[in-house]
Amino acid sequence: MWDYTEKVMDHFLNPRNVGVIANPDAVGEVGNIVCGDAMKLYLKVDPKTKTIQDAKFQTFGCASAIASASALTEILKGKTLEEASKLTNQDIASFLGELPEEKMHCSVMGSEAFQAAMKNLAKSHPDWNVPVIEVVEEGEDRIVCHCFDVTEAEIRNVIKANHLTTVEQVTYYTKAGGGCGGCLKDIQLILDDVLGKKSSESSGADGATVPLTNLQKIALIQDVFDSIIRDGLKADGGDAELVDIAGDTVMVRLTGKCAGCASALQTLKHWVEAKLREKVSAAINVVEVK
Amino acid sequence: MLVYVDNNATTCVAREVFEAMVPFLTDQYGNPSSAHPFGKSASKIIVSSRENLAELLGCDADELIFTSCGTESDSTAILSALATQQNRRKIVTTAVEHHAVLKVCKRLQQQGYKVEYLPVDKHGRLNLADVDNAIDDETALVSVMWANNEIGNIYPVERIAEIAHARGALFHTDAVQAVGKVKINLSSTAIDFLSLSGHKLHAPKGVGALYVRRFTPYWSFLTGGHQERGQRAGTENVASIAGLGMAALLAQENMEVEQTYVKGLRDRMEAGLLATCPDPAVNGDIEHRLPNTSSICFKYIEGEAILLRLYQAGGICASSGSACTSGSLEPSHVLRAMGLDYRMLHGSIRFSFSRYNTEQDVDVILEKTPPIIKALREMSPFGH
Repeated sequence: MWDYTEKVMDHFLNPRNVGVIANPDAVGEVGNIVCGDAMKLYLKVDPKTKTIQDAKFQTFGCASAIASASALTEILKGKTLEEASKLTNQDIASFLGELPEEKMHCSVMGSEAFQAAMKNLAKSHPDWNVPVIEVVEEGEDRIVCHCFDVTEAEIRNVIKANHLTTVEQVTYYTKAGGGCGGCLKDIQLILDDVLGKKSSESSGADGATVPLTNLQKIALIQDVFDSIIRDGLKADGGDAELVDIAGDTVMVRLTGKCAGCASALQTLKHWVEAKLREKVSAAINVVEVK
Repeated sequence: MLVYVDNNATTCVAREVFEAMVPFLTDQYGNPSSAHPFGKSASKIIVSSRENLAELLGCDADELIFTSCGTESDSTAILSALATQQNRRKIVTTAVEHHAVLKVCKRLQQQGYKVEYLPVDKHGRLNLADVDNAIDDETALVSVMWANNEIGNIYPVERIAEIAHARGALFHTDAVQAVGKVKINLSSTAIDFLSLSGHKLHAPKGVGALYVRRFTPYWSFLTGGHQERGQRAGTENVASIAGLGMAALLAQENMEVEQTYVKGLRDRMEAGLLATCPDPAVNGDIEHRLPNTSSICFKYIEGEAILLRLYQAGGICASSGSACTSGSLEPSHVLRAMGLDYRMLHGSIRFSFSRYNTEQDVDVILEKTPPIIKALREMSPFGH
């Protein structure tokens, strides 16, 4: 069991500001039920002073997710929008004393819910000059971790705000890479880039490999498919068959529990593709055949 | 107040077990392998413990090897089956095995062995036709757990052992959760290997056993000294083996109690929670499961939050298949293999009883749980 501080336990057992604000000025929603945690933040703002009068939350998640949401609302109440806009996940963690490092993603969920609420507020009150922190750079809204739906921008922001140096930490703070692990290499590249290191890929063994012949590529795809991919799917009650390979396009039919599972489809396609890209070639494109 | 309903995780050491161990932790500290008479009482207790355990399992004493834990027994059985049949390089197992089997299989895959993981249906049941199809002439070992730790499902291992033998494959069962809770008579089965763990049946942690059928080819995982007739090197954990022997005796005496008293506690709690909590669902094969286990999903809320509040409210110790309690970010592989709805998946709680639980324990659970479920539901953004 996790070692939570007294303050975390207090805010988990007696959370402040639980509930819904009837006519909120802003709502911020992050996470989803598939990933195991989600939060909805409601704000009421005094139009004259631009001060957060009230903040309420609803959270689906573990003890530290509930405590983080409770802490967030306590921090926000009474702050002007300008003051509040400087909030980071570290403020939530410090408010609670400490969170286990593996649970830091709960504090990040809190700060992201607030950012989402600020964006929502800027839209609904364009005349208020809401200080929105524009966190997404061009091309950084791509999803890196498909298991937990984490974008490159989120990963970059968390690395910078928390001075992270390892992939493991990125997983603790964002959950990215904590599912199938297919994006761990990608996270390392982002980390290297933010830290200003030379890309580790060019120096690795991968960089030195000779391009595969067509025959070798097909054999390798078949091999990866039969071992890693099918086993991964089977572990979740699904399965898949390799229908055909044309150039870099791999045609796959999902079977078992995967067939017809609407929500899994997207993730599975990306997971299959990510695995093949990792193991065979970055150019692989996976197409689903019904 | 402590309401301990996490007996599939570990059990209390029975008073009689503790007392049986004390002499070997104090005065009688001799080494059973010694030539002098001082080691004699240690070697005697190992003999009688082995006999007690053989009685519980319906096998011969010389078919049992004491090990350090269930995990060691699992590894030994799997690696033994591969080492003695080098022309066969495939293992057939299930998607719902304990990690003590699954992770060994994953490692073997990296070493080039083939492993087939049998799927389960939404109740966690295996399809015997799948089992039959998966086993081929390449298969060295079929490993299927007797009972599942999370949902309590009991699998038809006796029949699967026969299917495996018909194809020339060996059969192993991880019976860590079954031993002491359901009747086992190995002599009437085709099972080759069976793993068990002491601390699941009121013996201490750090002792287990492996059953190896007579004439089943065997390769010792730990080699060195001649202990356990050369089948498992390492000086015997005498006190714990004495404890396991006593625990086996007690389990034998209380076998009926599991099916009557313990099952009664479980059933009353389950019916009570189903009647008072919003949107509950019982996981597993209701008709074929351990008498002590109840796995219940509570919709739209998360397991760790439920567990911590249960402990805070009534000292209730249960467990959860949610991601947050496992230390990983993914929920239980068992519940995922069953294809459980994500709205339910994160809110699973397992209650597992033992004969040391009381009717009062059930009362506390029934009083404390519904308000916690309701409070967390009100806090959740989903399900309104």
